[in-house]
Amino acid sequence: MRGFEPRPLGTGRVLALLGAIAALLLPHATRIPLWISTATGVAFAVRALFAWRGYGMPPQWILAALAVASAGGIWFSYGALFGRDAAVALLILMLSLKLMELRSTRDALVLIVLGYFLAITDFLYSQTIATALYLVTCVWCITACLVAFQYRSQQPRAVPALRASAVMLAQAAPLMLVLFVLFPRVQGPLWGLPQATSSGVTGLSDSMSPGSLSNLSLSDGVAFRVDFAAPVPALGRLYWRGPVMWDFDGRTWRAGESPGAGISGIDTIGEPIRYTVTLEAHEMRWLFALDVPAQIVEGSRLTGDLQLIAGRPVRNRLRYDMSSHLDYRFGLAEDAVNLQRARRLPRGFNPRSVALADQWRSAGASPRAIVQQALSMFRQQPFFYTLVPPELGRDSVDEFLFDTRRGFCEHFASSFVVLMRAAGLPARVVTGYQGGVLNPLGDYLMVRQSEAHAWAEVWIENEGWIRVDPTAAVSPQRIEAGIAAAIPDGEPLPLLVRTGNPWLRQMRFGIDAMANGWNQWVLGYSPDRQMRLFQRVGFSDANWHNLVIALMVATGVVLGALSLVVMRRLRRSATDPLVGAWNALSRKLATASPKLARQAHEGPETYLMRAAAAFPQTREALQRICRLYADARYGPAPSPTSAKDLARLVRALHLEAGGH
Amino acid sequence: MNRDLSPVLDAVGGIVLGKQRAIRLTIACLLARGHLLIEDLPGVGKTTLAHALARALGLDFQRIQFTSDLLPADVLGVSVFERETGTFKFHPGPVFTQVVLADEVNRATPKAQSALLEAMEEHQVTIDGVTRRLPEPFFVIATQNPSHQTGTFPLPESQLDRFLMRIELGYPDAAAERALLAGSERRDLIEHLAPALDATRFTQLQQAARKVHVAPALLDYLQALIAHTRHSPDFVIGLSPRAGLSLLNAARAWAFLDDRGAVLPEDMQAVLPSVVGHRLHIASGTSRLSSDALAARLIAEVPVP
Repeated sequence: MRGFEPRPLGTGRVLALLGAIAALLLPHATRIPLWISTATGVAFAVRALFAWRGYGMPPQWILAALAVASAGGIWFSYGALFGRDAAVALLILMLSLKLMELRSTRDALVLIVLGYFLAITDFLYSQTIATALYLVTCVWCITACLVAFQYRSQQPRAVPALRASAVMLAQAAPLMLVLFVLFPRVQGPLWGLPQATSSGVTGLSDSMSPGSLSNLSLSDGVAFRVDFAAPVPALGRLYWRGPVMWDFDGRTWRAGESPGAGISGIDTIGEPIRYTVTLEAHEMRWLFALDVPAQIVEGSRLTGDLQLIAGRPVRNRLRYDMSSHLDYRFGLAEDAVNLQRARRLPRGFNPRSVALADQWRSAGASPRAIVQQALSMFRQQPFFYTLVPPELGRDSVDEFLFDTRRGFCEHFASSFVVLMRAAGLPARVVTGYQGGVLNPLGDYLMVRQSEAHAWAEVWIENEGWIRVDPTAAVSPQRIEAGIAAAIPDGEPLPLLVRTGNPWLRQMRFGIDAMANGWNQWVLGYSPDRQMRLFQRVGFSDANWHNLVIALMVATGVVLGALSLVVMRRLRRSATDPLVGAWNALSRKLATASPKLARQAHEGPETYLMRAAAAFPQTREALQRICRLYADARYGPAPSPTSAKDLARLVRALHLEAGGH
Repeated sequence: MNRDLSPVLDAVGGIVLGKQRAIRLTIACLLARGHLLIEDLPGVGKTTLAHALARALGLDFQRIQFTSDLLPADVLGVSVFERETGTFKFHPGPVFTQVVLADEVNRATPKAQSALLEAMEEHQVTIDGVTRRLPEPFFVIATQNPSHQTGTFPLPESQLDRFLMRIELGYPDAAAERALLAGSERRDLIEHLAPALDATRFTQLQQAARKVHVAPALLDYLQALIAHTRHSPDFVIGLSPRAGLSLLNAARAWAFLDDRGAVLPEDMQAVLPSVVGHRLHIASGTSRLSSDALAARLIAEVPVP
């Protein structure tokens, strides 16, 4: 039997708490098995009904049985009770059961604290700005519940609670910043947990068939962002190299095995340009760099066809410094085996193209002339650059070159390379990204999936591998001004890529600049960055010891500043000179004997009696002071000079030692 | 001490021994036109106090003993048919007097209680469609036994709220008890008590007490006290606006008794336990505090502005 009946919680407060916790659970709904989300939903509905109708809670033994059953269910679903997914599911189920124990204010507080913990678990899955904003809103609401449960009234109004909660969160924000910036970091992804952030990110792959790049171009996702140290070179020169395709089976190009390291074969001209790439996770191993890379990223290697390959698939956002030479000559001494591979064509495909190339070769044209002939064919005949090319049959190159003549960059690159190979010239398809969009708000280059591109490389004696972009012959705008300018109106380009609406464009830039800042400064705030930040403000060494000291000092400063503000507000009445003089008396008496400081709840008469008992000799003076104060503060007609008089009396007061 | 009221205090203090503070609170309560509830064990001098007070103030006095079979008519009066005139004649009940002592009010049924309580609130009673004014001044001094005793109907909160103050007398100290035992019969003393005031003068004093100045700083204090009861989790129900007004009037009367022209925070603190004690409810879960301890905590937790 309980010693007391708990104070009723109030229906409104319980429903608000249920709502706030349900909002915190919402992002998990898709990640947990259906039976758990159903059970949780039922628990919330049942508890809400109980609160609404005022029913009593179910008995303990039912809850105990349900708890055991839940743990068993988790074990059955996940094969464990620990680990991120199982532990989160367990937390959610136990929290749902705790709802059935929600009787007293204490239970509500337990639920609220669990709610805060739940907010953290959402971050284990997603760390986007949207998640952060959503969770901040949830935390705001749940803190309002915390405030509401401190009120005596069972039906507190929502607005004051929400306002108090907002003020408290605002007060906590500087402390949060201090902890974020100064708390010693550990190397590795945020939260130190293995992340599965792939979430179906599409990007370039190691094969290319008609339609693969044009599909990619419909995606609005960002592939990577680039920060240039110097002014950004002309868009037309920005070829971000990705997978290089060597092998063709008549329809699909494949990267195949890359030739071995070949950085030695590069002759570069002039100084390299420097930039930093922040690459989004794409589950593949390519790192993107401008042709040709002048350095490699730690843990990666440069292949013989200049692909930059990371040691393991890029599963997390990766930031690397890079430099590239835009003017170069490469592959003058290419291996004969590779050249042979770059001439190979499947037999029995695309007879018309092969015949056309044969015709060029038998005319005895130089390699340069053959390249020019192919390009002028693209330029002079009615080829169209479009995102929605017609379907192609078995001899895709023939159909494209002679019948449909409508295609996207992969059609142009593929058919060009087939023509070159048929004419006996070594050639290969290079995929990657071309150009990018300069974000004026963040002063960086966004390279999106829609900038995916394919071009060709042809090997010519004494010149090495030279880049030929047949798309540029058909649609120079694509290369010089970007994809949005090159695609005819009415084609299904991602809405926001379109240049049409300046307001939308501006918003798009703003959102991306924000996302970039978030990635760089919040998610990408690594020990390395922390160290650099420290060095910038003048500390040479950001070891744990120094960080903890800095953390404590900064926390102290923030808390001190906050307390000052609050105290000043509390003491605002002390600016009244009368109250100031009155407080001076308290200070004076307190210096004589600490016990004599006036207590907050003591009125003038009470205080006078206490003080006079301690200093009987000064009773009269004290009496005068207290009377004067009481008259001035509580009397009907205070004298205008009373504050001054009081101050003078207090100054003149002599407290003889030995008074007590 | 106020010149006019000091003899009253002395006179009553000569009969109810060792209860200076309770007597003073009682006078302050009447001065503030409030009704008084005295809660204590039988035999500690509740009736004597009420009777002596009425006598000393020069007011009419009637006592109603509340029992479980008391009917509203026993309190308010009844209309009786008179054959000679062929009409109903109203025979006023004991409530038609200036000081009513409602003894053991929680022994009566709620129906009888509410008959009295309506009279308290309105200063009038309505019987058979005729509204009759009660004399002025009009006070009810109700006594009740601690409610855990058997055969009681505890007054509900709404009716408790009509009493300005609730006080407890408690046992007298040893010296006072000795004087009581050695002295003569209390009833005789009351019989021979000379009135120190009369009704007219007392009404004037009531009006004067209303004019005691209340500074804005003191209103701040009053509001802070009320707000604290509404926001602190220690209290189940906060003080109502009526309780705030009661507190203010009681503090005025207290200051007036002290012959002061303005209310000090101390006045408010002095009357606060009696005024709010029966209006506050302690949050269960916190330890069981007496209403005095709760009032003391309220005073200690709210700074004086």
